[in-house]
Amino acid sequence: MRKSVNQKAWWFVVPVVVLVAFNAIIPLMTVVNYSVQESFGGNQFFWSGMRWFEEVLRAERFHSALLRQSMFTGAILVIEVPLGLAIALSMPRKGPWVSVCLVLMALPLLIPWNVVGAMWNIMALPDIGLLGRGMNALGFEYNYTREPIAAWFTILLMDVWHWTSLVTLLCYAGLVSIPDPYYQAAKIDGARPWAVFRFIQLPKLKYVLTIAILLRFMDSFMIYTEVVVVTGGGPGSSTTFLSIDLVKTALGQFDLGPAAAMSLIYFLIILLFSWLFYTLMMRNEAR
Amino acid sequence: MAGISLQGIRHSYLPNPAAPDDWAIKRLSLEAGDGSAYALLGPSGCGKTTMLNIISGLLRPTEGQIFFDGLDVTEATPESRNIAQVFQFPVIYDTMTVFDNLAFPLRNRRVSEPDVKRRVHEIADMLELAGMLRQRASGLTADGKQKISLGRGLVRSDVNVIMFDEPLTVIDPHLKWELRSKLKELHHKIGRTMIYVTHDQTEALTFADRVVVMNEGEIVQIGTPVELFERPNHTFVGHFIGSPGMNVLPCEVADGKARFAGVPVDSTNAAAYRGDGGRLELGVRPEFVRFTETGIPVEVVKILDAGRYRIVEASHAGHPIKMLISEDKPIPANGIHVSFDADRTRLYRDGWMVE
Amino acid sequence: MALELRNVTKRIGADVHIHQTDLVLQEGSFNTLLGPTLSGKTSLMQLMAGLDRPSSGEIWSRGRNVTDVPVQKRNVSMVYQQFINYPNFTVYENIASPLRVAGLARPEIDRRVAAASELLRLTPMLGRRPNELSGGQQQRTAIARALVKDAELVLLDEPLANLDYKLREELRDELPRFFADRDCIVVYATTEPTEALLFGGNTATVFEGRVTQFGSTSDVYRRPADLVSARVFSDPPINTAPVVKTGDKLVIGQAIALPTGRFRSELADGEYTIGLRPHHVTPQPQGNGATVDGRVLVAELSGSESVVHFDLDGHTWVSQSAGIHPFAVGDVARLHVEVDKSFFFDADGLLVAGGP
Repeated sequence: MRKSVNQKAWWFVVPVVVLVAFNAIIPLMTVVNYSVQESFGGNQFFWSGMRWFEEVLRAERFHSALLRQSMFTGAILVIEVPLGLAIALSMPRKGPWVSVCLVLMALPLLIPWNVVGAMWNIMALPDIGLLGRGMNALGFEYNYTREPIAAWFTILLMDVWHWTSLVTLLCYAGLVSIPDPYYQAAKIDGARPWAVFRFIQLPKLKYVLTIAILLRFMDSFMIYTEVVVVTGGGPGSSTTFLSIDLVKTALGQFDLGPAAAMSLIYFLIILLFSWLFYTLMMRNEAR
Repeated sequence: MAGISLQGIRHSYLPNPAAPDDWAIKRLSLEAGDGSAYALLGPSGCGKTTMLNIISGLLRPTEGQIFFDGLDVTEATPESRNIAQVFQFPVIYDTMTVFDNLAFPLRNRRVSEPDVKRRVHEIADMLELAGMLRQRASGLTADGKQKISLGRGLVRSDVNVIMFDEPLTVIDPHLKWELRSKLKELHHKIGRTMIYVTHDQTEALTFADRVVVMNEGEIVQIGTPVELFERPNHTFVGHFIGSPGMNVLPCEVADGKARFAGVPVDSTNAAAYRGDGGRLELGVRPEFVRFTETGIPVEVVKILDAGRYRIVEASHAGHPIKMLISEDKPIPANGIHVSFDADRTRLYRDGWMVE
Repeated sequence: MALELRNVTKRIGADVHIHQTDLVLQEGSFNTLLGPTLSGKTSLMQLMAGLDRPSSGEIWSRGRNVTDVPVQKRNVSMVYQQFINYPNFTVYENIASPLRVAGLARPEIDRRVAAASELLRLTPMLGRRPNELSGGQQQRTAIARALVKDAELVLLDEPLANLDYKLREELRDELPRFFADRDCIVVYATTEPTEALLFGGNTATVFEGRVTQFGSTSDVYRRPADLVSARVFSDPPINTAPVVKTGDKLVIGQAIALPTGRFRSELADGEYTIGLRPHHVTPQPQGNGATVDGRVLVAELSGSESVVHFDLDGHTWVSQSAGIHPFAVGDVARLHVEVDKSFFFDADGLLVAGGP
């Protein structure tokens, strides 16, 4: 339904446009600017076209960071989505425990990210941390500052602890919106719990799951704070993901050009995958 | 097929019901014979959906027992009661085809594939879904989806009773007609007990062999559509059934005869009145009020044209009297009197028919 | 002064939602838009209200071109099928809301709200919130809010559809009374022909985005302009069949012949579609004694009337009669047909004979 055109509506949009311009578009343009120029110190800049992009795309360092990142994001999605869904399925939908469960699930999401990192940093310390000591007591060689595997384990565990609740809460909202008659009809049809899940709950959770996966994909691809506070990207570069690599390049080495190029490439990758995934999921609805 | 017996059912949704209003079902007993079509008819909040859910086992009654063919099923789960239910909005499995939807209850019960195929085709033919079996169920219109819901109940040969919870709610009005007739046809063909909950008297009266009229958690009257129409035991039934409903006019009784606003009126049961007080009313349906030369003097207030008949609202001493006059009959201009068919006029005391 | 739709159409992309429509609604009239779901009634109402702009054509109200005037500037109220009320306001505040927006003084608001709630029988509920009210009362609140604004145009989009049968009847009886003393234009959309008949006033039959006929309800009912209008304005559905008229015989299919009655001279010989309303096909003798035999498919007895579906040479016809006429499925029923009351439509579906 097209509403009648009212020019005054544009005035409402102006503040938002200004805000977005300052916070997003102008910085983005700055980055684009840096990515196509080279500087030799001082304030002299020379046009270098696609040179930085080519260099980055060819760099071994970028490839390994990308690979690490993909493995991390892959692991996150494979663990958090089913786990979050499973928790949502087991949460009560009616009754006095509902609010309690919801609050418990929300708690990890309320903690500032660097505090999360700090918490896990200490908790995983092999000598005084609960996790660290526990793992060593169980017989594992656990030291996240020295062993890459331990570092990965710690980080994955931290992210799962931190973000599974998001998936849970989204799935829970989707589940409670399924009207009772669907469950009643399934009961009457003699459907077993697995059939109820497969034929009623899962189809009705399609949109919610799509959003949950997209959100987790994007956030985990950009992960920085928590990882840096725990491992700083180490040991060595075993947990240097894309964001961390980027910051090292930009601030550590002050190579603004390559850093800018990297961040743009990075941005485009996320955009591409998100668009592909979303289109794939929504393909059936286009009827 | 089963005879259903409900004994002493009372139900409250509150944990500690105290006042009468806390009870959704106040006290109800009902015997439903094999293979008949029943309707639970009543306004919103009368308890009919609660009753349906109690019979199907989706709700456990606070008190009372339910028997299917003499077997106590009060504690039994819905699937062990072998019932089928069609809900207000179509409940289908979106990801499956129409065929798989219909086959689902049979496959869950481990029926062999050839039998499944046979049954599904049988039911699909009956419901005119045969051409759509390979389509995705989510692509059908609302009435098609309701047919699938119904079909899932019909495929199982062991179903004791099929229940309908206002199933035509989402159906287009011009299709409601078809689906309603189809349901009646189906009942005739398969002869299983069916219970149909609705607030629409047309649906109830055209579908059911026997109608259970409910109000505020109680059964007011059970009877065939004709009985309910011709002999309403309570003014509520008279008012609720019939469009427009029965005229209910305050009256007095003296010497075994009723008088409405000073005019004597013949009725079937005024003589049975024992003179023991109470609110006295005369009930007569608009179909049985006629224009006559003498009788109750009235003024015509309004005439509505409903196509094949006209609804005339007349008035005597401030009391409205509705009449149904068929298309062809004339309405006199002045000096109008009406009289009530004596064998259709009844005396009611505090709402209940005097016997 | 009136509301006029001149050459109005509405297209969304390639779909035509409303075909070219010309309509004139008079002040103080009660107009029913009758048609099946998705026929365009709601689209028409939105165009009338100014919630939507026509793709072509103009809308004139009281002599002014209001096509470009947005709905806030027009004096319009609307009542919807879902009971739309402000959930956080009491009934009083709900009814008062348009008056507060208009900036009326408090005593005036009080007076108007009291008058509206008196009319709608809501006075005891003024302090309650919508979620404490029954469906009927919520809808009355919405209607009161529409009335209190004293708008020029009041649009009601199937307002009774979500109510219980009996409540619907009651509110339907009362509805004309709410608008009786006002000179606003009332437009009421419904899918039920009976409602259109009972309201009287004018009726527009709407089908697939077209207004097929508009006039006084009685005229549209008794003299449908075409087959589509006749079908829209029938519940139960009107009986139709192709017939061939030769001299004084009407032949349906191979074997069924009816006398032509009064149409003998009125109608030229040829092929037509006959339309007969179900209550002109009954088990009781009537008219000129024409009968047909049909095999009974379904018999529905509803206390006051009998509706029998039967097969007539491959067509499913419906008979509606007062009283109880039990037929068993499969019986061959002899039914009397009031040929004089039938309609005849030509090959284009237009009415060529029939009606008063």
